[in-house]
Amino acid sequence: MKRRSFPGGTHPPQHKSATADTPSEICPLPPELVIPLAQHVGAPAVACVNAGQRVGRGQVVGKPNGFVSVPVHASTSGLVVAVESRPHPCGAELPAVILQPDGDDVWAEEYLTQSFHVLTTETMLERIREAGVVGMGGAAFPTHVKLDPPHGKTIDTAIVNAVECEPWVTADRRVLLEQRDKVLTGLEVLQKISGARQMWIGLEDNQTDVAALLAPHCKQRGVGIAIMPAKYPQGAERQIIYAITGRRVPTRGLPMDVGVLVQNVGTVAALTDAVTRARPLIERMVTISGPDVARPRNLRVRIGTPVAHLLKHCGLREEAAKVLLGGPMMGTAQHTLAVPVLRGTSGVLAFRRQDITAPAVGSCLRCGRCVAACPMHLLPTFIADYARRDALDLAERFAARNCIECGSCSFVCPAGIPLVQSIRYAKGAILARRRST
Amino acid sequence: MLAAVISLGSLGCFAAILLAMAARRFAVKVDPRQAALLDVLAGANCGACGYPGCSAYARALVAGTARPDLCRPGGPETLARIATILDIEVAPGEPQIAVVRCRGDRQQSRAKYDYQGLEDCRAAQKLAFGPKTCPGGCLGLGSCVQHCPFGALSINEQGLAEVDRDRCTGCGLCVSVCPRQVLALAPAGSHIHVQCNSPDAGRKVKNYCHVGCIGCRLCIKTAPECFVMEGFLAKVNYGHQKPTAMADAMERCPHHCIQDLAEPGEAAPHSPSVEERTS
Repeated sequence: MKRRSFPGGTHPPQHKSATADTPSEICPLPPELVIPLAQHVGAPAVACVNAGQRVGRGQVVGKPNGFVSVPVHASTSGLVVAVESRPHPCGAELPAVILQPDGDDVWAEEYLTQSFHVLTTETMLERIREAGVVGMGGAAFPTHVKLDPPHGKTIDTAIVNAVECEPWVTADRRVLLEQRDKVLTGLEVLQKISGARQMWIGLEDNQTDVAALLAPHCKQRGVGIAIMPAKYPQGAERQIIYAITGRRVPTRGLPMDVGVLVQNVGTVAALTDAVTRARPLIERMVTISGPDVARPRNLRVRIGTPVAHLLKHCGLREEAAKVLLGGPMMGTAQHTLAVPVLRGTSGVLAFRRQDITAPAVGSCLRCGRCVAACPMHLLPTFIADYARRDALDLAERFAARNCIECGSCSFVCPAGIPLVQSIRYAKGAILARRRST
Repeated sequence: MLAAVISLGSLGCFAAILLAMAARRFAVKVDPRQAALLDVLAGANCGACGYPGCSAYARALVAGTARPDLCRPGGPETLARIATILDIEVAPGEPQIAVVRCRGDRQQSRAKYDYQGLEDCRAAQKLAFGPKTCPGGCLGLGSCVQHCPFGALSINEQGLAEVDRDRCTGCGLCVSVCPRQVLALAPAGSHIHVQCNSPDAGRKVKNYCHVGCIGCRLCIKTAPECFVMEGFLAKVNYGHQKPTAMADAMERCPHHCIQDLAEPGEAAPHSPSVEERTS
């Protein structure tokens, strides 16, 4: 077992005990599912059903549009009520298929169980794509693209990311505990497709119980378990790669440039269903937690379930003042509870008014805590200052574009300066300028 | 005493000769027109012409790489003087002024969420497309105020940008800064403007705020050709203005989004705020 980490980072309070050891439950179907056609990085899917049409569970309702795109499926059987724009977690209203469940929940077709050993790599990649598997850690990048590196790039190390460094969220932990066999099979699939010689499961040292349970199975398969100190953002791609392999992903490069493939543990489990049973990704583990949630727990949620339904199911102590999708460090605050759970949604966190008092914004003290915390070796206070003054050239020279927006700098800033927001603005402005010239 | 005067005097003379020779030998040849142009330009160094400061614009003018009508703060007078210096003929354009195309202040418009963060409209726009339900409404965080070189913009108490017509030179910097294109340039001589920037249909606009254009076309019926529709949004046809008909249209606009900005004292008739309506 290795014990390495990355320079920088922070230690936000973890708050994981509320949900970590409670077995997950199946979330009852909502009266209406909102299945957005844009649930992944890349071109949104194109709707291929019409209002009034009956669909089976797992039936394709949106066809992929291009290589970096995946299909979208009906999460249950029922009636398509409409194909229209609905609130999307990104903040805009985007096209979605509105599905009224009929309660029967019957699969559109019979799915066979098949050993992946008899399948070719092409068949497996095709099935992964058709199942709509995307990165379930939050980025939602189509997995078939990640698994199919361009010529000349070889992958020698595959890492299953079960670090889950975001506070409150325990969905990956529950997946690892409850769907262990699926994850282990997924690992073998991953190895077969990528040709990786070394396999790792990455965990934080607050998950040693899981590691102990996994150890015999991993040993049998030659999979290493890497235990890293619990530190945020240990689960970020570049940080976990550095901690486990000691390799640094180039500034503008991808993990495949250093021969590494990182997959979230939920993705790996979904991969097994996709390859061995050709079943689409229509359900995922979601942590419903936060100080405002009466009965925090992990739920197995159908994609497209509105957040309001989840919070009603788990109960709110009082009207939520802030609801986040994802974790508190990188998750996005929502302005309406009508937004649905997407394939990349790991958590739904609700906070009361008294939990979210923002610190008064002061002036930079030059204390350098943001510099020490930045896992990308940037100077957040400088970049933020340049961003505020629209000095984009300087911001770019200080490598604003390398920022992974993990939020460590804002978290540690004693003056409460919204550093990430400034840097994010600078990144956007630099890219916009680049595109216009 | 004498020795000191002579030695220092001769040293001084020597240095003077040296300097005079250097000045002649290393003189930078400047087109005299460039200095003259620098005198007639507004001198605000606002950058609205697209060049870093007035001297850079003067240099570009002499080099013939810049259009002569770019100095917005200077207006037609400066243009005429530039034309004289460069010995060219130009037709002066009409002076322009910035107009805030939104009346949806805190009372009249509905917020999408509580915004806490950077006091900058462009940064706020990146968070779920801005804290206002209306996608075209003024965010009131003052990016335009920060960028106005003439102090012509301010955010009023109700959270809306306001243009000081006397100070605005129509340079257009605010127009390029505003992430929602709430600000637009209009002929300085026109007083009546449509103060709404929402592209959406009336049903949605009514949800956003109480003073938005719902696309009812009443203004076009009242004053044909003075207004045009762009989607669901009425716009003044600045090339074709009839003051009396437009004043009629202003009276009839059900949401009072057509306003005469020359008479700011007159408040719009009371319309219930969003809070009153929803309660």
